[in-house]
Amino acid sequence: MPPGNGPAPRGPGGQKGTEPWRDPEAEPYLRLRGLTRRFGEVTAVADIDLDIYRGELFALLGGSGSGKSTLLRMLAGFERPDAGTITLDGQDLAAMPPYERPVNMMFQSYALFPHMTVAQNIGYGLKQEGLGRSEIAARVAEALELVQLKGLDARRPHALSGGQRQRVALARSLVKRPKLLLLDEPLGALDKSLREATQFELVNIQERTGTTFIMVTHDQEEAMTMATRIAVMTDGRLAQVGTPAEVYEYPTSRFVASFLGTANIFEGLVKRADATGALVESTAFDAWFESDSDPPKPEGGRVFVAVRPEKMRIETAAAETQPHGANRLSGTVRDIAYYGDFVMYVVALPDGSVVRVSRPTETRITELPITWNDPVTVTWPSFATVVLAQ
Amino acid sequence: MNGGGGASIASGRLARLVVLALPYLWLLLFFLLPFLIVAKIALSEIAVGIPPYAPILRWTEENVLTVVLNFGSFATLLEDGFYLDAYLRSLRVAGISALLCLLVGYPMAYAIARAPEHRRNLLLLLVVLPFWTSFLLRVMAWIGILQDQGVLNALLLSLGLISEPLRLLYTEGAVYVGIVYCYLPFMVLPLYATLAKLDPVLLEAAADLGARPFRAFLTVTLPLSMPGILAGCMLVFIPAVGEFVIPELLGGPAAQLAGRVLWVEFFQNRDWPMASALAVALLVLLVVPIAAFQRHAARRGRA
Repeated sequence: MPPGNGPAPRGPGGQKGTEPWRDPEAEPYLRLRGLTRRFGEVTAVADIDLDIYRGELFALLGGSGSGKSTLLRMLAGFERPDAGTITLDGQDLAAMPPYERPVNMMFQSYALFPHMTVAQNIGYGLKQEGLGRSEIAARVAEALELVQLKGLDARRPHALSGGQRQRVALARSLVKRPKLLLLDEPLGALDKSLREATQFELVNIQERTGTTFIMVTHDQEEAMTMATRIAVMTDGRLAQVGTPAEVYEYPTSRFVASFLGTANIFEGLVKRADATGALVESTAFDAWFESDSDPPKPEGGRVFVAVRPEKMRIETAAAETQPHGANRLSGTVRDIAYYGDFVMYVVALPDGSVVRVSRPTETRITELPITWNDPVTVTWPSFATVVLAQ
Repeated sequence: MNGGGGASIASGRLARLVVLALPYLWLLLFFLLPFLIVAKIALSEIAVGIPPYAPILRWTEENVLTVVLNFGSFATLLEDGFYLDAYLRSLRVAGISALLCLLVGYPMAYAIARAPEHRRNLLLLLVVLPFWTSFLLRVMAWIGILQDQGVLNALLLSLGLISEPLRLLYTEGAVYVGIVYCYLPFMVLPLYATLAKLDPVLLEAAADLGARPFRAFLTVTLPLSMPGILAGCMLVFIPAVGEFVIPELLGGPAAQLAGRVLWVEFFQNRDWPMASALAVALLVLLVVPIAAFQRHAARRGRA
């Protein structure tokens, strides 16, 4: 059994074996092609192509109305696609009713049967398979142990806490050993204190069972900490697919940059672009943005530039002696938000727009060295500048 | 401060007491008191006069107040097979009627509960609509449909399905038609209430776990609509046991049901003590299923 380290080992720099999406030879487990679903005039899911590999914990991240839930419901079989194919392990699922699919779902509301005990709830799916009583009992006991609910098998759902219900729902969907487990906002109904512990446990269970998980969430933190890869969805389309670090550090659009975490976004014109980097001139005020990565747009084109607040430095302007240069902005502090572990400065620029800069509180300071209305200079290294195509 | 709080608590208690006392007062005045009067008549002797029974409290010639209880009516009730037969038949007819109402009402309630939300009120209105006309008129209308020269026979004859009119009216079948028709809304409404509350996501969960639609219905929908089934059956069964008008108008002379027997004792034989004894027996007969239902409901409420 692999050690239950939680989500920590995931992220950039993994080997080929653990990141099959980097291997062109790898065969995807779940393959979506041209998947489309319309509700009247509204296209909820628009022509989605997506490959998901065996053993992944894949997160569909998006706001309400982004189409993530419709996509999940199509995988479960509750919605029929208007076009496109769903292939799981070589098997075409699109025309299969939900009760024949080797796919199980953990519902957001858990959907536990109120008239059945915990054991009956978990055994329900096995009973439908026509398994014998003793085998069902053994599998249910195994599932209860997996989710650490031993001894609660005779309880009814209403006599359980929210966290326990979530575990029963998880056990009920896992006990059939599905090829694909779908999780609809798995932590959405839990309170904050339970959520973090459950995040780690869910990842742990996913690693122990080796089941491929696809979860839908609107919570970017949940997606970032748990998932092997994230698909950010908006308007029924995939805005970007990648590992949490890729999507956070290398967003390809303004939407993704601002949906995941905080990003300062500037508009500009590309002045120079080559393999070594790019230089972008701001169209709003006198400033230059320098990037050390290959920009997606040709020279002269209008682009957007994103910079994360934690990659910026803030200094009082009086201490500033360096000459004017790229990746440097001047302004005055308008707001300060103290979060404990970091301080967020909101700096007003000459054109009235604002830049957010965060600064970790490495020492125990009670009085901040920079305060309201101070003239400040904001700088950042060129690797922090991300040039966005859209 | 303290006194004010105490006063408000006291007045709150008073208000609660009043609210709790009202239904009990109602039951006392309109249920227990009439029942005691009926029980008193049941235990008195038949007499010629107005009212047609002897008082149970009497002054003897020695001026002693005596209570004269006459259990004769109850004895007759138990000894004469006629009454027992009528009661058993009533229970059977009511039971079968409740079952038929359930078979007809369940699909209706299910369809209404699954209909688009904006159409549900209209469908419910259609279920209740017959109540807007007189009950008697509706039962009479069935005579027109079921009689030998009635609408149904005429239709069957013209279609060539039968060569001579079927005997439909004045049969037990006609009684069932009448009862099911008249009491159907009492079955549909509680069933609809429980089915509408049923979370459709539970059926999705059942399908997701491998249950075909019919299995999902048997294992999820049906058990979860049990409170509605029980309430509907009680609402049909209880009034149907004592039903007088429908068997009188649609049933044959052989169909001696409890309600009819009671009516005959009261108005034709003018035997008030016997009629009252029948009424008391009917009540006792009905209290058993009601109590069972209440126990079940209470257990469900706790669960």
